[in-house]
Amino acid sequence: MKLKGAEILINCLAEQGVDTVFGYPGGAVLDIYDALYRDGRIDHVLTAHEQGAAHAADGYARVTGKTGVCFATSGPGATNLVTGIATAYMDSVPLVAVTGNVGINFLGRDSFQEIDICGITIPITKHNFIVKNVEELADTVRKAFYIAGSGRKGPVLIDILKNVQVAECEYEPKTPVPYTPAPVPAEKLKDIAAAIDACKKPLIIAGGGVIASDSAGLLSEFAKKLDSPVVYTLMGKGCIAESDPLCLGMIGMHGTIAAAKALLAADTLIVFGSRFSDRVALDRDRFAEGKTVIQIDIDNAELDKNVKTDLRLMADIKETLKSLIPLVAEGQRKDWLVKVEGFKKENAAKKDDSTRAYSIIKAASELAPEGSVLVTDVGQHQMWAAQHYETNEPRKFCSSGGLGTMGYGVGAAIGAYFGSKKLPVLVTGDGCIGMNMNEIMTAVSRNVPMVILLMDNRVLGMVRQWQKIFYEKRFSATVLNRKVDYVKLAESMGGVGMCLAEEDDPREVIKKAFSEAQAKKLPVLVDCKIPPDDNVLPMIKPGHTYDRQLEKMEDN
Amino acid sequence: MSEERKYTIGALVSNKSGVLTRISGLFARRGYNIESLCVCETEDPEISRMTIILKGDEYVLYQMIKQMDKLDDVKKIGCANELDCVYRELLLVKVKAQPKDRSQIIEINEIYKAKTVDLSPDTMILELTGDPEKLDAFLKVISPYGILEMQRTGVTVLARGGHTLKDRDCYSDHIF
Repeated sequence: MKLKGAEILINCLAEQGVDTVFGYPGGAVLDIYDALYRDGRIDHVLTAHEQGAAHAADGYARVTGKTGVCFATSGPGATNLVTGIATAYMDSVPLVAVTGNVGINFLGRDSFQEIDICGITIPITKHNFIVKNVEELADTVRKAFYIAGSGRKGPVLIDILKNVQVAECEYEPKTPVPYTPAPVPAEKLKDIAAAIDACKKPLIIAGGGVIASDSAGLLSEFAKKLDSPVVYTLMGKGCIAESDPLCLGMIGMHGTIAAAKALLAADTLIVFGSRFSDRVALDRDRFAEGKTVIQIDIDNAELDKNVKTDLRLMADIKETLKSLIPLVAEGQRKDWLVKVEGFKKENAAKKDDSTRAYSIIKAASELAPEGSVLVTDVGQHQMWAAQHYETNEPRKFCSSGGLGTMGYGVGAAIGAYFGSKKLPVLVTGDGCIGMNMNEIMTAVSRNVPMVILLMDNRVLGMVRQWQKIFYEKRFSATVLNRKVDYVKLAESMGGVGMCLAEEDDPREVIKKAFSEAQAKKLPVLVDCKIPPDDNVLPMIKPGHTYDRQLEKMEDN
Repeated sequence: MSEERKYTIGALVSNKSGVLTRISGLFARRGYNIESLCVCETEDPEISRMTIILKGDEYVLYQMIKQMDKLDDVKKIGCANELDCVYRELLLVKVKAQPKDRSQIIEINEIYKAKTVDLSPDTMILELTGDPEKLDAFLKVISPYGILEMQRTGVTVLARGGHTLKDRDCYSDHIF
């Protein structure tokens, strides 16, 4: 049948199983919005800002595993997506961003709201397309989804010229081509199994790839068979239950003491879907000194990029684990596990539970309704949430890891809600909320139940912490001196505001926040007053090794 | 870390606008040190062939190949085995040539098998094809006369024998 370009786009999205799109209309996407309206199959969430739409699509993708979709108009609409696309790129989140652009007759003439968004997004997308001909549109959209959701996932942008949106051409529906990972090379797998069988003190490092490949269950099974403890990176949070006896928590700059001790003591690192970022391998040359490193990643370019490996395998983690589990021998590593148990005990004894944020996040973690998703912004609160909020399932944690995007939270939480239909718990700070509070309006408009725990310390806490450690307490530009009443702010936007004073029992207020959010189907913002000088500990300084973990600020 | 040296990388890429931007942007972004880049359409009009001379160590070589391989527009990529390849580059050089110097320059041309392709009262344009080292040597000899301007095409490479880049299935085997 003959359809207009805009209609073809909507039909192709429907082909791909898209049920929700986050976006913001404008001159160059009017036809797309008209087609969306007339089609009626896809729910559109109108955000306050295009950046919020991109983060929402990202949050949606992280909780569902499906590809998130966002729309924006040309020019400023498109450039506003950039931070959101970069966030998704750094964390390998599948995303398709659709932008409109001026018609072909106006292209390249600095027309109103014209921008070369393809040029701008080359470094932050897996691939991008500018569609100048309606005949190419359908297959371009299909290819965009395939690229976004295959291999190492990531964002793809499609820039559709205005004339393409109105031009007509023949449209034939097609079923999406499923992505099948390449078979795992058997020879390499044998070598890996042999190295694993030969080791006495293995440690599994699980990254975001474990979640992206849906292999959390297999990972636990593998760890159990090997008698190997597991540490996860920030991106891997949720790939193993915190309650699992083999789980030692997060590894990295603000990782657990148990994870650091186990890393130092291990003889072999088995690394799944982790790229050894500088927040994990703080000293990349000495991170794995004297250890056998086995790295498995779907992205060949990640193998040997930051940390030199002994054995490496480019493969899908799920397929690898499926084949590897029967190949490895049942672990007889009781001595190692006894030692690891000691690390866990030490960790429990030294855990920094003195901060106010700890008691708030702990309470939220215990009181949150079944299935809720933890979303964070970026900063001290992000690390406290990662440390203290229990995430026992994959796809229940959304946080900007690689890019560290302040302002990610509210948008991502909205997306997480539409993806999971479960209440998101957003842990944010008074720095971050200043960047994205506008999306509270979106949450109200769309009746998104959400609890926002605003860690209100009146400072930019993480930067301030670094100023304390590295800049002799010269607090340059980190004291906010804002006079905002966050309770009224939430209420003025139509949400619910609550205050949690430092002396109040967090459990009572948080319990109320959850019940109100669910009953009223509205975002509830809890202004949690916390002291300005609580710190995130433990901490390993950039470039330091894991034997130099800072447990107390006084040790600095 | 292994030693720094020059590597020759061949790639078959989509012959579309924007592809060069994607690839050169990748080099700039990741800080790869490119000495020469040569791109042109191949026997298949949809495919261009790219020859890149990279200066770096083995780590940089592998990273560059792997990062390039991830681009949708890069169809095949491989590092050339210098011992089993034909390297050619073309040079055009405009030199000062006063009538008294002409015969000397022509003598040099003969030794290097260069051609005189333009002659004016006091300049000459010389053309030379060969491997990059030959071009370097020629330039060294010709430069005392005064080089007014010059252009080199960048290195082009093909493997000897039956090997072709398009038939390779994996870049980890070192030869194309």
